[in-house]
Amino acid sequence: MPETVLKGKAIKLGDNVSTDDIIPGRFAHLRSNLPELSKHIFEDLVPDFASRVHQGDFLVAGGNFGLGSSREHAPLVIKMSGIAAILAKSAARIFFRNAINQGLPVLLCDTAQINDGDQLEINLTEGVITNLTSNSRLTSTKIPPLMFAILKEGGLIPYIKKHKDFEL
Amino acid sequence: MGKTLAEKILRDKSQTDAMAGDIVLATVDLVFVQDTTGPLTIKQFEDSGFAAIAEPEKVAIFLDHAAPSPSQQTSNDHILLRHFARETNCHIYDVGNGICHQLVAELFANPGDIIVGADSHTVTAGALCAFATGMGSTDIAIAMALGKTWFRVPETFLINLIGSFSKGVYAKDLILYLIGQLGADGATYKALEFGGESLAGLNMSQRLTIANMAVEAGAKVGLFPSDEITQGFLSSQGRSASYKPLYPDADANYERIMSINLSQLEPMVSFPHSVDNVHSARDAKGIKIQQVFIGTCTNGRLEDLAVAASILQGKRRYPDTRLLIAPSSRQVLLQAIEKGYIHSLVEAGAVILPPGCAACLGLHQGVLGDGEACLSTANRNFKGRMGNPKAMLYLASPATAAASAITGEITDPREVIID
Ligand code: SF4
Repeated sequence: MPETVLKGKAIKLGDNVSTDDIIPGRFAHLRSNLPELSKHIFEDLVPDFASRVHQGDFLVAGGNFGLGSSREHAPLVIKMSGIAAILAKSAARIFFRNAINQGLPVLLCDTAQINDGDQLEINLTEGVITNLTSNSRLTSTKIPPLMFAILKEGGLIPYIKKHKDFEL
Repeated sequence: MGKTLAEKILRDKSQTDAMAGDIVLATVDLVFVQDTTGPLTIKQFEDSGFAAIAEPEKVAIFLDHAAPSPSQQTSNDHILLRHFARETNCHIYDVGNGICHQLVAELFANPGDIIVGADSHTVTAGALCAFATGMGSTDIAIAMALGKTWFRVPETFLINLIGSFSKGVYAKDLILYLIGQLGADGATYKALEFGGESLAGLNMSQRLTIANMAVEAGAKVGLFPSDEITQGFLSSQGRSASYKPLYPDADANYERIMSINLSQLEPMVSFPHSVDNVHSARDAKGIKIQQVFIGTCTNGRLEDLAVAASILQGKRRYPDTRLLIAPSSRQVLLQAIEKGYIHSLVEAGAVILPPGCAACLGLHQGVLGDGEACLSTANRNFKGRMGNPKAMLYLASPATAAASAITGEITDPREVIID
């Protein structure tokens, strides 16, 4: 997590976006070729996603984001697409853990207050989201300190390389 | 204060008080990957800088999701996984052995164990009172390296089961009903714990079906106490020494308590494109299906094939409805051959697929065409799940699946079961 304040545009999604929506299981044969795999991000759900996303944008979803499979390729391709953080009303637990392990912030907050295309500023340390378009502020649920420490190092691999073990 | 099953297991494996909400570090008894999550796990393990895995005898690799391999890329992933197993001396179960979760139940899972797998249906082993949960590849890589991982001790929902199933109603109908009640995120981060007088009548096959789908309500684990049924299953697998009784404390603290009377349930069907979109099979009557798939880690066990065979024996599948059957393990396939189920099923027009995930994930062995509908005994019907976002997926029990294979449309099995 090199930057603690992020600025970008919201790309709005609905409730119950599954890992099959993010990266369909039928592309499992491409999982060892991430550049190829990532071309299929949101292929069934948001076919024009690749042309809409810009470096630093935020995914803003409803409830139960990332339900389904344990495939870590889901947060991985989201990160590769340039998305800097995910905001959701709630997130499935395996996805949540995977995203943090990939150094991709997930903030749980009342996303109904955010519209597609809104400009947002996110302060990760404080968990505060400022909607620059509507001039309003949202607070996200605190994540456990261990997860925050992993996020701060940029993911679980850099965290473990530095600490050699989990530090509670 | 008393403890739930989840709190007890995490207490013993973390040597802390482990009350709901605590973050604990716990040792793991089995860490596993399968062929679609394994390659990334290996990459992350190599990037982590650890020279070796902590305890190779506690690590297993299963080649089951795309097995036999349908593509060059997958074959190369399989080579990578076999090579890693040789280098590290961990267990490997190659093509044809069966689905990871079935093999974990047959060979590894013991009451009180902690099991982590790079597959969301790792929860299946909760049927044997193992705290078993799915994680991603990086978490699994680090669990391999350290022999431990961190957990947030979950709050528990107690599901009290009373009464017994009426004719034509099975464990699958119960868990579909429960998911319909809870919703696909109704138990996110929670432990589901099953209790009540009906447990004594639920065999291990039924418990595995129920625990398997706990994750479809968002749960972290789906736990059954370890009792005589557990003991019987372990001894049938030659592992009686692994048995120990394990129950929650009488004064355990539950976040929510629900009661389900099994005698009031009826055959259920999940409609596209969400597992919690649950209806009765009666209401689904008349929906035409081009494919029936009986198998998966949810319902590919011997008891499931027995039910299907008893319904299909002496009958034929509907001519326009393909019938695919994948036993969940080699042991299941062998026993189904010995008992004559495979004979009845093939005679009825079934295609028998090798033990493994088969059509479940949409990679091979039964990918659907545009506009086709499939009735499957699997656990998920997300859009695109069986390889085609333009297909419709319905989920039901093996009995409903078998009855529907005969008529070519979704059929309440009570219409075809003869006493
Ligand atoms: S059978 Fe289906 S749900 Fe079960 S492990 Fe295989 S792909 Fe996953």
